Amino acid sequence: MLFRSSTHFHKADVALTLLAMLLLLFGLALADAAWHFHSADGAASRALARELGLTDLSLFTEARYTRHPTQADRHGPFQDHPAALDHFPTGTLLPPPSDLALHSH
Amino acid sequence: MRPLLERQKYLIDYTLAALLRRKTRNLGLLLVYTLLVFLFASVLLLGQGLRREAALLLQDAPEVIVQKLSAGRHDLLPAAWLDILQRIRGVGSARGRLWGYYYDPAVKANYTLMVAPERNLETGEIIVGAALARIRQIGVGDYLGLRTAEGQPLPLKIVGVLDSVSELLSADLLLLSEAGFRQLFQLPPEVYTDAVLTVRNPREARTVASKIALALPASRPILRAEILRTYDAVFHWREGMVFVALGSLLLAFLILAWDKAAGLSAEEKREIGILKAIGWETGDILGMKLWEGTLLSLTAFLAGYLLAWWQVFHGGARLFAPVLKGWAVLYPDFRLTPTVDLQQILVLLAVTVLPYIVATLIPGWRAAISDPDAAMRE
Repeated sequence: MLFRSSTHFHKADVALTLLAMLLLLFGLALADAAWHFHSADGAASRALARELGLTDLSLFTEARYTRHPTQADRHGPFQDHPAALDHFPTGTLLPPPSDLALHSH
Repeated sequence: MRPLLERQKYLIDYTLAALLRRKTRNLGLLLVYTLLVFLFASVLLLGQGLRREAALLLQDAPEVIVQKLSAGRHDLLPAAWLDILQRIRGVGSARGRLWGYYYDPAVKANYTLMVAPERNLETGEIIVGAALARIRQIGVGDYLGLRTAEGQPLPLKIVGVLDSVSELLSADLLLLSEAGFRQLFQLPPEVYTDAVLTVRNPREARTVASKIALALPASRPILRAEILRTYDAVFHWREGMVFVALGSLLLAFLILAWDKAAGLSAEEKREIGILKAIGWETGDILGMKLWEGTLLSLTAFLAGYLLAWWQVFHGGARLFAPVLKGWAVLYPDFRLTPTVDLQQILVLLAVTVLPYIVATLIPGWRAAISDPDAAMRE
């Protein structure tokens, strides 16, 4: 296979430049993460957790056993009546606290 | 060196021209591919970001929490238990906590009410979380009306709003005085919600927990290590559940990619036959196919990953808010700290980029080693 040696415009230059830019952005994203890994300490939030003795993230506020999964008892999700089903959407995605799971002891 | 680079550039030129000849099909594939990487990377980055945030913020959670259980449920803890806990060997201090939930029918939201002794609040004063203030459209100086356990209205004056920086911990918090809390829930003075303990030697926390369970059989001690482990498990579990849901998408993509890459059309086979007939070597054709797979899959991977990065760490992970929110009304506005796990990136690369390159190379190689005449006649 023979190729002409020339300096004419290559589509390859555009594609490789685009790829190089994406790689550069990817590298910057990794560097950003590495920098934050050493600098971020969440001091204000940690101070609040220490002061109030907070135990859980306020991500799932729909039910008490999803708001405080680490504090929930075994019966939390089935609180309404015997044989009640856990009906909150978060409950379907939330495993029981690790200390209540059968394998923990 | 220069001729080698020129050669590769010509190969890329040819590959791009070939891809652009089937523009709609290849652009569609690139879009689906990017979307697939975006979804998987978003789930991985969100799970990892939340795990790291939980581990960072909750490392100052209480060392040991003691609850009282009654009939398997969380019950109010008698103040007399604090003395018993204090006397257990290894316990540094024990103090009762008062906290609970309040359902606000006005906005159909659950609040977490907590007594904050260090804030020196008066009976009718409260401090609210930023998300709560946002949803009720209230601020410092306004009054929030709650109903006591007996149904009496209890107006509470807002004297502060918690910093939105810590919204991931405090979105739904409502801090009040001990007197205000007891008045609202009509609690007698000799009970607490639970107790928090400090342990003299943190390495003995588990031993202390065993002693507590022995001294107070109706108690349930919860260790900080268990809190951290629960959050680690929660987000792993969620990741797994979402991956199961995304699995069907991955399979659909694999079928599409395999069909596109592995089953060379008659036109493509004829094209390879012509290239061989005019002097291309098998190595050139493999090089061309390698560039085809690499350009498409690497572009999709990088674009998908970067979009996921922006969405999770700078866009507030809004795409996943409905999944995390469930039926909740209050949802924190949070910014996760960018975090990266090289192992995860390698797994994502191996799952998305490598199979496509292989699926492009193998049929190209099979067509390249066949007789040009036969390939052109097919």
